Amino acid sequence: MACLTCDNLSIGYSGTPVASGISFSVSPGDLLCILGKNGIGKSTLVKTLLRLIPPISGRLELSGHHTGCGVGYLPQRGETQRDFPASAEEIVLSGRLARIGSRPFFSKEDHQAALDALERTGALELRDRPFSRLSGGQQQRVLLARALCAASRIVVLDEPTNGLDPDAAKGLYDLLETLRHDGLAVIMVSHDVSEALSHATHVLAFENSTPGFFTVDDYLNHLTAKKDEVL
Amino acid sequence: MLQTLATYLSYPFVIYALIVGVLVALCSSLLGTTLVMKRLSYIGDGLSHVAFGAYAVAAVAGVTQNMLVIAPVTTIAAVLLLRRGQDARVHGDAAIAMMSVTALAAGYLLMNVFGTSSNLSGDVCSTLFGSTSILTLTQTEVLVCAVMSALVVGGFVLLYNRIFAITFDEGFAQACGLPVGRYDLVLAIMIAFVIVVGMSLVGALLLSALVVFPALAAMRVCRTFKSVTVCSAAIAVVCALLGMLVSMLANTPVGSTIVVFDAAAFVLASLIGR
Repeated sequence: MACLTCDNLSIGYSGTPVASGISFSVSPGDLLCILGKNGIGKSTLVKTLLRLIPPISGRLELSGHHTGCGVGYLPQRGETQRDFPASAEEIVLSGRLARIGSRPFFSKEDHQAALDALERTGALELRDRPFSRLSGGQQQRVLLARALCAASRIVVLDEPTNGLDPDAAKGLYDLLETLRHDGLAVIMVSHDVSEALSHATHVLAFENSTPGFFTVDDYLNHLTAKKDEVL
Repeated sequence: MLQTLATYLSYPFVIYALIVGVLVALCSSLLGTTLVMKRLSYIGDGLSHVAFGAYAVAAVAGVTQNMLVIAPVTTIAAVLLLRRGQDARVHGDAAIAMMSVTALAAGYLLMNVFGTSSNLSGDVCSTLFGSTSILTLTQTEVLVCAVMSALVVGGFVLLYNRIFAITFDEGFAQACGLPVGRYDLVLAIMIAFVIVVGMSLVGALLLSALVVFPALAAMRVCRTFKSVTVCSAAIAVVCALLGMLVSMLANTPVGSTIVVFDAAAFVLASLIGR
């Protein structure tokens, strides 16, 4: 059963579509990889999924039981401040803001949820460490825990392995694998095709203004067919 | 020396001054961390120049309750400056530079041309660098200052978690459904309040020291947001108290004395934090 469905979605800013005819669905355990060159509409789609900008037309639906903001978010590296004075736990806890409504302070439950999220991403022992002193991979784990705190079912990751060394990147992919087996749906933006394909279950490929939705096997066949065409 | 101090402390106006000083230092330090991390340290400086301009207008127009002019003008300027942040044609720092020098020049010009005061340079100097006027505060002024400070401190405590989220990662906060624009507005109003109450203590030119130094000093020694916030508040209050007491005993200008203590606290914290 899909937990996020897009049907003939048209996205863009102030009425001008960047991409249209986007149809895909994501189910628990899926890893959907959004591929495409820079400036082709990947970030616009991410913003639409996060409901930062409204879709121009079409349907975008989150189904099933959802609390918080529906979709958790791991921003591109460099968008968060790496030298910020905060502990890992404080940062993860801020993800609960999506769920506390108008309450000014966090409850015991919120604090427990933050610890649970840190445990899920294998970063519990980092809880009291200053964020600025963590390695790139550790920081990504903490930020992923924050995303899980905001929404425990679907997360959107924007270039999560950018700037990580190969070991840290592999660690992150392994972690995503584990989380997916527990039923998390992952949507990942990437421009590293080969690496992404070895972990994805589905692909949304932005090749022109109407991106195509494939299972990963279909996409590989599609790529081979395209290569043959060129030759 | 202690006796002199005891004599001073027996006067109510000295107590008023100490209360106002501590409140101003507390408020400005709370917002300091956010402003420093949002790369907006200079906004305090720019806004205080705008406040100086507004003060000049109030003085020339003969408004006795000059807060009524300074507070709204500074608030509007703060809102404009923070709003410009993202999609501005003139970038944040340039906008601040423009606004502050224009206000400074226009303010001085107005006071010079239309000023009725016999001691113009004295007035200008005390508005820019703070004055002994902290010792001539009336009960009403202390009350206004206390109310504004209470609003800033209360607002900060209630919004603490949201301010943290917006300061650390605006995009994520927005994705969580926080109305980031509205919180920026609240932040702008709080900054303007701090500027308005702070002007009477250290003067327009020295105000940003109260905002920036305690936060920077605290960041040298503390590593979590909460501890940085608490520590910078403590540093600010201690420096303000020390500065005011020393200025009374040694007869030095109160604003500059406080700022020197703040600077010293930063140097000390840097040495400890290494």
